Amino acid sequence: MTHIVIVGAGECGARAAFALRERGFDGEITLIGSEPHLPYERPPLSKEGLAGAEPPKYVAGAERYQAARISVITDVPVEVIERKRKFVKLAGGRAIQYDRLLLATGARPRVFEACENAERIRMLRTHADALAIRALLAPGRKVAIVGGGFIGLELAATARRLGAAVVLVEGLPRVLSRGVPEEIAAVVAERHWREGVEIVCGARIAAIEADDNAARVLFADGGSVDADLVVVGIGAIPNTDVAAAAGLLIENGIAVDETLRTSDPDIFAAGDCCSFPLTHYGGRRVRLEAWRNAQDQGTLVAANLMGANEPFASVPWFWSDQYDLTLQIAGLADNAETTVRRDLGDGAFILFHLDGEGRLIAASGIGRGNAVARDIRLAEMLIAARSRPDPAALSSPETKLKKLLAA
Amino acid sequence: MSSNWVEVCAADDIDEEDVIRFDHQGRTFAVYRSPDDEYFATDGLCTHEQIHLADGLVMDDIIECPKHNGRFNYKTGQAKGAPVCVNLRTYPVKVEAGSVFIAIS
Ligand SMILES: Cc1cc2nc3c(=O)[nH]c(=O)nc-3n(C[C@H](O)[C@H](O)[C@H](O)COP(=O)(O)OP(=O)(O)OC[C@H]3O[C@@H](n4cnc5c(N)ncnc54)[C@H](O)[C@@H]3O)c2cc1C
Ligand code: FES
Repeated sequence: MTHIVIVGAGECGARAAFALRERGFDGEITLIGSEPHLPYERPPLSKEGLAGAEPPKYVAGAERYQAARISVITDVPVEVIERKRKFVKLAGGRAIQYDRLLLATGARPRVFEACENAERIRMLRTHADALAIRALLAPGRKVAIVGGGFIGLELAATARRLGAAVVLVEGLPRVLSRGVPEEIAAVVAERHWREGVEIVCGARIAAIEADDNAARVLFADGGSVDADLVVVGIGAIPNTDVAAAAGLLIENGIAVDETLRTSDPDIFAAGDCCSFPLTHYGGRRVRLEAWRNAQDQGTLVAANLMGANEPFASVPWFWSDQYDLTLQIAGLADNAETTVRRDLGDGAFILFHLDGEGRLIAASGIGRGNAVARDIRLAEMLIAARSRPDPAALSSPETKLKKLLAA
Repeated sequence: MSSNWVEVCAADDIDEEDVIRFDHQGRTFAVYRSPDDEYFATDGLCTHEQIHLADGLVMDDIIECPKHNGRFNYKTGQAKGAPVCVNLRTYPVKVEAGSVFIAIS
């Protein structure tokens, strides 16, 4: 019987396991993860999940794995991939034979180098991290967040909701420099400011220290911020060590082709751990850290583990929630030449990004609740269709994007 | 089962291949008009998180949740894939004298 082994029991690994059964795979499936839990959703960890904390929001309950005949091994990392003899070796020595292997090992937080390893200095990736952070957030407490990316900003919003004081320190001149247009980042920053978050941009951090009772961020200019807790959110790096040791090609992630196959034909990789050629953007190699990408790649890779050989062609899509604001981004805006704004009322707006040929390549929106969701979704479909919509139609909220899609 | 027909809106208030939100006595529903001009109703909130489906996108017989793109067949209520796995409840709908009614039990 064919045995498919999946290393990494996160969003992507779990999705792939279920998708194999949905597509009628009848062999054996083993899902191996190093965390103590069944696969759970990470996005809530910085949002409402942090406020609620226990238990994590599982991707599926134990009974669904059982019903789908998926063997799940938790709390044990895979340490070695033996490609010639086609088995993986787990910590503790157990070996598991595979016919096809999927690596869905995700990413881990980037470590700030001048930083002590201490109780009061934290990063946020796992449920255990969220619990540790949650324990130190309360009215009267103060948290210093290092990094003005999505995780840092979402955590800032949640910490305010829990009544803690927040200082957010960013090294660049503004928050959300990576992939978010300035107009939208400004709305986010302004809202945080109104909620009482102190944002310090352009900061040069010399060190982060902590003892049993307090933590401190020290700046190169001699200043400092004292807090009860420091959370560092300065990006993530892909978990490629085991793949690299097995001799697989690594290029800012486990390198895969458009079918998500690694340099070994029996091994695939998907989700946050892999870099892949992005079809709609001239095949440029990217690595995404996005929940839907993990899902979509998990679904597609299941087909390819069964031999379908289908290319991955989704448009990148991302969302973030802060306070009652939701931001959504479809596509990649970095090669945009022109930007068209559509106002949707109540402060919500969308920026459409067009390339030199007038092709829609990205759309970024922000607003309360799901104000921008529908138009961003339609924009995503316009991007996938490689369409060149009339900028005047994009900017006018009276023009339904669905009409443009049909055109 | 006793059901209770409640008037939702004028039939023209819902565009073809679209959806509106309808709140009634503390409950919330989503009422749809399909591309072939039929009307349907389901529970108003996604079964993944409590998100109003009426902000989502209708494509053929699918409603896609605005939050994380979970999909349901709004004619049957069936969940069509991750991250949603729990079906939506559906409700009978009728159109009479240019108005849409749903049966709330
Ligand atoms: C706090 C937070 C908030 C987020 N919010 C959003 C959001 O709002 N929107 C959005 O689009 N995305 C968000 N993301 C990103 C999203 O969660 C990730 O893109 C997604 O989890 C990636 O799934 P994955 O399965 O590829 O990797 P992961 O979820 O990282 O799962 C990989 C798993 O593999 C395990 N593993 C690694 N190496 C081994 C090994 N050798 N053996 C066994 N197991 C191993 C890891 O422990 C982990 O459990 C957020 C992420 C975080 C951390
Ligand atoms: S809330 Fe609907 S898919 Fe998540």
